[in-house]
Amino acid sequence: MSRAPLIVLLALIAAGSVFIALLFGSLSLTTGQVFDTLVRPVPGVVDDVIWQLRLPRVLAAFACGGLLATSGVLLQVLLRNPLADPYILGISGGAALGALGAVLLGIGVAGSNVAALAGALGAVGIVFALSFRAGDWNLHRLLLTGVVLSAGFTALISLLLTVAPQAQLRGMLFWLMGDLSHADASGTAWLVLVLVVAVFTAWAGSLNALALGALKARALGVAVGSLQAALYFGAALATVAAVLLGGSIGFVGIMVPHALRLAGINDHRWLLPASALVGGSFVTLADTFARTVWAPQQLPVGVFTALLGVPALLFLLSRRP
Amino acid sequence: MKLRAHGLSIAIGARVLCRDLALELAPGELWGVLGCNGSGKTTLLHSLAGLTQPAAGSILIDDRPLADFSRRELGRSLGILLQREDQEYWGSVRDYVMLGRYPHARSLFGWHADDEAALERALGAFDLAPLAAQAYVTLSGGERQRARLAQLWAQNPPLMLLDEPLQHLDLRHQLQTLALLREATREAGAAAALVLHDLTFAGRCDRILILYGDGRYAAGSAGELLRTERLAELYGCGIRAFGDGADVHFIPVI
Repeated sequence: MSRAPLIVLLALIAAGSVFIALLFGSLSLTTGQVFDTLVRPVPGVVDDVIWQLRLPRVLAAFACGGLLATSGVLLQVLLRNPLADPYILGISGGAALGALGAVLLGIGVAGSNVAALAGALGAVGIVFALSFRAGDWNLHRLLLTGVVLSAGFTALISLLLTVAPQAQLRGMLFWLMGDLSHADASGTAWLVLVLVVAVFTAWAGSLNALALGALKARALGVAVGSLQAALYFGAALATVAAVLLGGSIGFVGIMVPHALRLAGINDHRWLLPASALVGGSFVTLADTFARTVWAPQQLPVGVFTALLGVPALLFLLSRRP
Repeated sequence: MKLRAHGLSIAIGARVLCRDLALELAPGELWGVLGCNGSGKTTLLHSLAGLTQPAAGSILIDDRPLADFSRRELGRSLGILLQREDQEYWGSVRDYVMLGRYPHARSLFGWHADDEAALERALGAFDLAPLAAQAYVTLSGGERQRARLAQLWAQNPPLMLLDEPLQHLDLRHQLQTLALLREATREAGAAAALVLHDLTFAGRCDRILILYGDGRYAAGSAGELLRTERLAELYGCGIRAFGDGADVHFIPVI
């Protein structure tokens, strides 16, 4: 069944969420002003606020949400575990350890990004090396290695937080809760998002077959080994891109795919693009709340993804007959 | 297409279930595979389908080793009905059956007319047309078995391996499934091997493979192998036969 109209609807909702996010902030603007500035930029305060301040932040939020939701879909298919989320394989733990270590050592923002990237890639490499041996790809081992490594990272992060000076503690906690206030250039993240969604949507037939189990998928003609490796690295790439942009924003990766599945979208041809759009819109709106409810104080967006997501998912769960 | 195995050994752990097996599934042939629980029937089928590596021996499709086929190419030549599926499917019956067309798919989005035709044919063959729009999880055990058979029917490979195809089916659908398999082999020139526990249905096969589970096996025509003494030895219980030729019925002595 074609779900193309649904994707169009979700794209419109996504555009709407971006527009709403541009509308709200410390400077009140009218819909007309935002619209005019987007269509015909005229140099001035409004133009600066929209193009220099709000739009980069909104685009970063959207990319982050889209990446996390996409990564969640891929990992849930790979691990065939409904509890799989982008952080289950220790990627965010590695990134957090790198970033917080850099903050503690007093290396600047650029340095902490490099450290976060190194930490994330380190975790990806360790998990892959430990669970993939001589052509034998054991998913239980993959899952357990990821979970154990995450626990180790959590312990090290707690250690860093304990010894960190008071002044730096707040920034570190924000990083851990997921925070978009320092996110600006999201070009790479968008590139990764478009690439990962496009590649795996093209591969959707294989993902649908893999959802029936590895043996069944192979019986139907899916090259399961290479598909699983592609899923792992695709999900890792999406997670790393998202974590570098917004820290560990929780709940999006696990909630968005489940919400869409509960709404009846199981075919990955539609599930992947739909997840990217819904995840993006969701984090965009959550981040709008995060920076406006308590303005000028900015709250970590991770708090709002959970506060908005928990009731939504509970509602969907209780609705199902 | 012809599936040939020689020198095949099937083992689970250190236990060798079947030694030095030679087997040829030729077009038009319907094979019945018999044996007690745990005698290696499922493992044999998995090996023949390239899903597990046999302990020894080689498997060829039209004189080409299985390893030379890409997974997709193999899916067009050979299909297997697994005994059980450990994963729930959340889509509709129609989507489930359509997954059988995976190895034939030529475009990323949408199916071609022949895929749709194969789907309708498969749904019709197993009386699933009225259930097509329903969610797969709402089906009963027997209906699920029919959906799984229909998926193999949509895949439509010239070589078919079926692990207990008649399980959970009511009598009418057991007969219907057997008739469809007969038609596919005799008229369309496919070759099929079925794991069976019902000896009367085994009597309707052309050829029989018996796995004893201790390394020995026997292969031959149904008339030759389906003898009460041999079956009594295999299953360890008394067995009586009624009728003869194509109309033979076997009944365990209670």
